[in-house]
This record gives sequence, structure tokens and C-alpha cells, in this order.
Amino acid sequence: MIRVQREDFDVGAEIEALTRGQTGIGGVASFVGLMRDIAGDKKIGAMTLEHYPGMTERELERIEAEARRRWPLIASLVIHRYGRMLPGDRIVLVVTASAHRAAAFEACEFLMDYLKTKAPFWKQEETPEGARWVAAEASDDKAAERWTKE
Amino acid sequence: MKLLYFAHLRDKIGIAEEQLDLPRGVGDVAALLDHLTGRGPKFAGALGNRKTLRVAVNQTYVGWDHPVRQGDEVAIFPPVTGG
Repeated sequence: MIRVQREDFDVGAEIEALTRGQTGIGGVASFVGLMRDIAGDKKIGAMTLEHYPGMTERELERIEAEARRRWPLIASLVIHRYGRMLPGDRIVLVVTASAHRAAAFEACEFLMDYLKTKAPFWKQEETPEGARWVAAEASDDKAAERWTKE
Repeated sequence: MKLLYFAHLRDKIGIAEEQLDLPRGVGDVAALLDHLTGRGPKFAGALGNRKTLRVAVNQTYVGWDHPVRQGDEVAIFPPVTGG
């Protein structure tokens, strides 16, 4: 399941709702991305996440389907927020559940790596010198590439 | 066709979207980008360096040689920075 929303999410409630009654699940892995107040040496007061409505959902669904093709997941969830956020705010949640932990851990990491390089979101940070668009990181491409070597 | 621009490309070009009658001779993404950069310095500045561009046709990532047609939704944007 994927969701793109402006509102915050409750991590515990989401995991509970995703896994309730699914007694074949032996392990749940989750990742929560938070907004930092520092980027390089710049203090960041707030951040706005822009996205491409329609394509964002399609890409997240495609990435989730790929994870489920590669690992035996019993349940999975990706929530990504958009709009203006403040330091400490939750940005993204990935939850993966499987019979055993290895699949859950690996699929969770795969989903985050692919989401960062494929899902059409863009961050604009508010610094003391004004707003600036965040540049893509080569390290994110590298992180996603390692999944193509297997 | 419908053209969409996102993030700093939109800021540089000054519009988020526009309707374009597909110009004669423009059959793929590369030709479309050539046409757009030829419109003036704002477009050339935003779309001139293809290494920093990503293109989606009808909400799917495509390469430079992907065909474009009159009814398409073509989005041009910088590398993504979500997560």
C-alpha cells in the first residue's frame, strides 16, 4: 500500500493497522525519515516538499511491486508527505513485514533507496540566506545501484 | 500536448505548465528539448544541460529517443530529492 499525503502519520498506528490479524508475520522492519535542521553548514528553518501528483503514486506503486517481486513480503506500506515541514517532522515511512527478518530488512532498505532516486519529489530548504532547491546526491544513486547488481 | 515543469526548472522558466501544439518535425524527447531551448534564454538556461534533466511521458520515465505525440503529458524536472 502506498499513500502520498500532506498530513503527518502515526508510526505505531500504521504498523498496527498493517499487521493486525496477519499471524504469519514474524518480523516487521520500518524506516522513518525525519527533517533535519542542518544541511552541510547551513541552518535550515523549514522545508517544502513538492511532488508530481499522479506520477508520484505510480512510481511508488511500481517500486513497491518490485520489492514484493523480489522478497516474500506479507505486508508493505510506503507513506510520503509533501508540503511545508519543520525540523523534526516526519517525512517518509516505509514498513515491510515478512515471515523472517532478512526479507523485511532488505526490502525496507531497497524501498528507501529506490524511492530516493525515482519518486518525483523535490525539497526546497529555507535557509537564513533564502530558499534553495536541494541538489540530488550521487551517493543516493550509488545506494540504489547496488540493488541492480544482484 | 501538456508540458509540466517542476522545482527549480519551473522557477527559472516562470510557469508550471503549458499547452503546446507539437511543432512540425518534433518526434521525440530530444527534438522537443531542442525546440524548447530554442525559445529563448529562460528556456535555454533551465533546459540546456540535459545531464541535469529527467523526462517523463505520460507519467513514466523515458529516454531522449522516446517518441512524443500531440496528446501526451510531458514532464521535465531535475533529479529527484525526496525521502
